[in-house]
Amino acid sequence: MLADMIERLLDRHLDDAAQGAAREGQWLPTLWAEVEDMGLPLALLTEDQGGFGLSFGEAGEVLRLLGRHAMPLPVVETMAANQLFAIAGLPLAEGAAGLARADDLKAEGGKLTGMVARVAWGDHLDCLALAVGDTLYRVPRSGWSVTEEGTSMNFQPRPSLAVDWTIDASAPLPHCPLAAGATVRAFQIAGALEAALDMTLEHTATRVQFGKPLQKNQVVQHELAKLAGELACATAAADLAGEALARGDDLGVAAGSLRAREAAGNGASIATQMHGAIGFTREHRLHLYTTALWTWRDEFGGQVMWATRLGRAAVEAGGDGYWPMVTEL
Amino acid sequence: MSAIPFPAPPADSEEVLALRAEFRAFLHKQLGGRSPRQRSDNWYGFSRDFSRAMGQAGYLGMTWPKQYGGHERSAFERYVVVEESLAAGAPVGAHWIADRQSGPSILKFGTDEQKETILPGIAAGELAFGIGMSEPDSGSDLAATRTKAVRDGDVYRVTGTKVWTSFAHKADYVILFCRTSGTPADRHQGTSQLLVNLKATPGLTIKPIIDLAGQHHFNEMHFEDAVVPARNLLGQEGDGWNQVMSELAFERSGPERFLSSIELMLQLLDVLKGRTDDAALATIGRLTAQLAVLRRLSRSVAAMLQNKQDAGLQAAIVKDVGAVWEQTLPDFARQLVDAEPDPRSASAYAGVLANIVHNAPSWSLRGGTREILRGIIARGLGTR
Repeated sequence: MLADMIERLLDRHLDDAAQGAAREGQWLPTLWAEVEDMGLPLALLTEDQGGFGLSFGEAGEVLRLLGRHAMPLPVVETMAANQLFAIAGLPLAEGAAGLARADDLKAEGGKLTGMVARVAWGDHLDCLALAVGDTLYRVPRSGWSVTEEGTSMNFQPRPSLAVDWTIDASAPLPHCPLAAGATVRAFQIAGALEAALDMTLEHTATRVQFGKPLQKNQVVQHELAKLAGELACATAAADLAGEALARGDDLGVAAGSLRAREAAGNGASIATQMHGAIGFTREHRLHLYTTALWTWRDEFGGQVMWATRLGRAAVEAGGDGYWPMVTEL
Repeated sequence: MSAIPFPAPPADSEEVLALRAEFRAFLHKQLGGRSPRQRSDNWYGFSRDFSRAMGQAGYLGMTWPKQYGGHERSAFERYVVVEESLAAGAPVGAHWIADRQSGPSILKFGTDEQKETILPGIAAGELAFGIGMSEPDSGSDLAATRTKAVRDGDVYRVTGTKVWTSFAHKADYVILFCRTSGTPADRHQGTSQLLVNLKATPGLTIKPIIDLAGQHHFNEMHFEDAVVPARNLLGQEGDGWNQVMSELAFERSGPERFLSSIELMLQLLDVLKGRTDDAALATIGRLTAQLAVLRRLSRSVAAMLQNKQDAGLQAAIVKDVGAVWEQTLPDFARQLVDAEPDPRSASAYAGVLANIVHNAPSWSLRGGTREILRGIIARGLGTR
């Protein structure tokens, strides 16, 4: 139901022109207004918190859908930030929100100062859900200036922010914004891979070479099977991360996030190869997904950070403790 | 949308959690004397004593009706027992095939008499089964089967050769896939399945096929006018193809499709103890993430089986992705630790590594080759 409404909204307001504008770093105010009207920024909140009280599966579907349409605006970040604010008892965002952790910021004399690297659409946000140590800050737009422009692999703004703010909204941190960000990214990756598989099936069914559709070749079929496998893994990985986040288990988030990141790279490679040269252009819509996958797989903590954390736990568990650890993930 | 759906597995119930703890304690008691090298045999370990202990404790035929010696537990409870057995390197070979596919096939297609005479023996851990599918000229192309069974009064007279039959020299039965009418050109038509008693079938000879590691678990079964009672026909004469596909779905669905090399992971972690370099930790982290996700997908398959859904496509994906995990593990291990693998070494790590490297090639062959599985998945995506 909600998914159908989102699908209609995106069909109407997220066309190729809008995607192109986002790639020039232009905010899409009409699209954002529609997103807000629908209440999407509150999608991860319980009914008590003023949200829709979506089930885990429904929330996952919404997140995947945003990936499936390569949503350029920071909708999932805002959803995750609002979830943090709601649990912490801080006011919700009044526009788009960012999500970050920056442990070297200084909180002294009632002021928070320091740099926050690469925040999606940092110049266009209403506020930032910012973790420093065990504290969550709700930093309003007046609390930072953009110091350095940055650009994601899908050509969207990732500016770095200089925070200089008199603290007036903070609370104990409910869960790490990196874990929340890594989790919503995993769902987006799964959604983008759904789109990539659909496009690849379509292309290989209609593109004729040597007198037959590409997908009548066994070697092409096997690549399609591998792509379906990567998609299955990404989808399960996102669910695994989501369940782990809900119970406060960072190792489970690490496991789910890592496998989704890996699927992003593997899946993008197969989809591009199966499209041939057209997949390497901006003429075909595949690039919206491949460049998004190459963006999302390296955000909210890198692969090395999460892999090292999970690997350290495994080595500490040792041969005797490893399997019991795996069954808890 | 073309994604192949995997329903989310339900959270572990109290029963499942209790069973896991209870079964770990059982395995700990049973497997105390088993070396890492023995554990790394995974489901090629064969012990009648262990299988009987499993049966006595109620861990076999877990989902079957009590009427046939089963325990009427859920597919998830069986899943716990299966994955914990594999992770612990238990010698499950004497009940593995019977509990996984032969028993369920008999339950699905068998006569009352077959169910009554055979299923309680499997559930007790007394009856071991082998698989009677592949032939010298019919491996992946199962429909090309030549082995012929001709009805003669109240018996079938069977002629032909089956290969790669694990434990035929030790087991009690195989389910033989054969042709009861027509020729190999008829493909799926005219095939049937027969229950063959390996200990009491005149005209059957069993010869070893030694694998590249020098081990004997494969066999060749040669039938020369062998006599099988007609009452041993499983299911309908001529319906063998549908039945054997159903049997293969049981065969492909479990966690043995990614846990074959788990003992190497456990040994590797012990060797890495104290290592703090990021490269080693990150490699272990990535492998662990892959394993956790495979396990989740595999539990989704168990959820589908529990709900009586057809999980053939999902099982093919888990087996395809899973075989890559278990087969590439030795390569990751070799990037982290220098050790010469040695099949007769007293060192746990070198011995286990050797056993895994020797056996790994078979994991993307048995139960459907990688190429066959990818063809099944591609067909499921609508490509042919």
